[in-house]
Amino acid sequence: MSISLAVFLLFVASTLGITYWAAKRSRGASAYFAAGRRITAWQNGFAVAGDFMSAASFLGLIGLIALQGIDGFLYSVGGFVAFITILLVVAEPLRNTGKYTMGDVLAYRLRPRPVRALAALSTMTVATFYMIAQMVGAGALVTLLLADSGVSYNVAVLGVGVLMMVYVIFGGMLATTWVQIIKAILLSGCTLILTLLVLRHFHFHLIEFFAAASQITRLQHGQAVVTDFLQPGLHYKLPHGPLDLISLSLIFAFGTAGLPHVLVKFYTVPDARTARNSVVWAMILIGSFYVMTSVLGLGAAVLVGPDTIVTHGGTNMAGPLLAQALAGNVFLAVVSAVAFATILAVVAGLMISASTSFAHDFWTNVVHRGIERKSGESVLVARIAALAVGAVSILVAIALGPTSNVLILATFGMAVAASANFPVLALSLFWRRFNTAGAVAGLTLGLLAATGLIVAGPTFMGIDPPNVVGASRHVIQAQPWFPFENVGIVSVPLGFFAAFMGTLLCKERSAETKFNELLVRAQTGLGAERGTSY
Amino acid sequence: MSHRAEDVPPQPSDQNQWDRIAGSEPFNDLLQLKKTFIVPAFIFFLVYYFALAVLVGYAPKLASTRVIGTITVAYLFALSQFVVGWIIAALYLLASTRFDALTKDILERVVVDKVVRKDERQGDK
Repeated sequence: MSISLAVFLLFVASTLGITYWAAKRSRGASAYFAAGRRITAWQNGFAVAGDFMSAASFLGLIGLIALQGIDGFLYSVGGFVAFITILLVVAEPLRNTGKYTMGDVLAYRLRPRPVRALAALSTMTVATFYMIAQMVGAGALVTLLLADSGVSYNVAVLGVGVLMMVYVIFGGMLATTWVQIIKAILLSGCTLILTLLVLRHFHFHLIEFFAAASQITRLQHGQAVVTDFLQPGLHYKLPHGPLDLISLSLIFAFGTAGLPHVLVKFYTVPDARTARNSVVWAMILIGSFYVMTSVLGLGAAVLVGPDTIVTHGGTNMAGPLLAQALAGNVFLAVVSAVAFATILAVVAGLMISASTSFAHDFWTNVVHRGIERKSGESVLVARIAALAVGAVSILVAIALGPTSNVLILATFGMAVAASANFPVLALSLFWRRFNTAGAVAGLTLGLLAATGLIVAGPTFMGIDPPNVVGASRHVIQAQPWFPFENVGIVSVPLGFFAAFMGTLLCKERSAETKFNELLVRAQTGLGAERGTSY
Repeated sequence: MSHRAEDVPPQPSDQNQWDRIAGSEPFNDLLQLKKTFIVPAFIFFLVYYFALAVLVGYAPKLASTRVIGTITVAYLFALSQFVVGWIIAALYLLASTRFDALTKDILERVVVDKVVRKDERQGDK
């Protein structure tokens, strides 16, 4: 048995133990959906970090920096600064006004059925795209690392899918939180060790390290070209580069604050103050992680080389290849196992947010108008939804195959969150005049604009020469209609614009009169959901 | 025990009470206090963050200037985003001790308010 398999099995065994423990303690809806709201600040900070730092962060980012230098590092910056929006604008009001989902906040003053139905739809869209990205990442990792162990891509995807269903269905939010905490510790530790190993290679002399990163040799058209990876412009080139970059920044600044699997974490703490402190914990962890990705990415460019990365599994494999170059196969195995743990923790978080939204928003509140016919029904529905969402994601991930780009799939989810979820959530909390028509228009147009523009953009459309086959071939063989990879520059303003117009075109007295209630609740925590015993 | 209905936390029961709290002086002080910190902090963050994209996109020459050894302006500016983010978080934590104190005040008044009203009702009998 290979070492990576052993490390991975150890992680699986301990997380299954946690799931068993959580399943025994968990009773009732608040325990299942929100871990009884008894998670402490540092625990939730670690869990948010474990929830957010995905396969795209760990595998995708290091690869992106190793191939694009500073331009790739801008993704890292975006992933971190997004939490300032969460800290200042979203976390505390959300904790104070909601029960389990984003839909709760909207339903206070708007007509609950249409806004909940749409909130559930957009939550499930975002979560499913993210989930598929993670599972493709898991499968790709297996095909490259365990090629000789007989575990295929399909088996790996199935394994990850089944495990996440076990965590979520039996352990609920409590198990998910602890899986994420352990993963955050493993990932941070592993990144720190790798960073120290890279720096040790350069005798802890930073100037020497960055000097090496400024002279990367790569082949272009059969000729060796020396490139400075510390200079921007390797990826975002004129004419569309700068605007594409601003577009990306928009998606990060607002998208993370609309990601359903991040938002649900703030319902697991006892009060708004703990929610606030937990965001700061998460910022410490996530920030230091992302700073280190620059060392790892540039380190991979220097020590492995962009050309080797491209021919040995592409961007997703830069981190593991760096580990192998620095400390041999044993460390490669450990890093791969940690990457697996990362993926498992994130998919569990995504799955619980999707199934909670389906059960709580759609089933209980839209279909049955807020009346739970039998107690425990919403938890049962959530478990069934988890089963269904899991099965769909497994099938789609298998159909897409191992070479799909993980980061692009994840950015897609982020674009929908920034264009549909964030405008409606923010306006609902802070604009007295906002109403149901505005929420419906914002969610619908934001969702459609983000999805439509991505399909019409260079990610999906493009003309390839006949020798390009497989996943790198564009899905639609035509000139792209929309010039940017990142759609935020159009879709985020569209989402806000639709929310404004919808509001101004309709009058809804109750939404305005009930604003006072929402405002007092959001800012003081009066009447907020309290922690329960397990 | 397992299917116990969840407790509803104490809260005002009618619209008037919410309106009264929303119109009260301490609550508006709290809103004002939060606004004076959060609005400038958030705008500063947005400007500082988008400046990075603008610098890298529209002033590639300046962004590529080497500062220390081969380290460029772009890399240092990107790193400074993390430092600025942590500083904003620290300042917010400091400011929020005052928010929390005011909030506690408001919540205590709500409770007192209710007790007084109950006494009045008993007095009426």
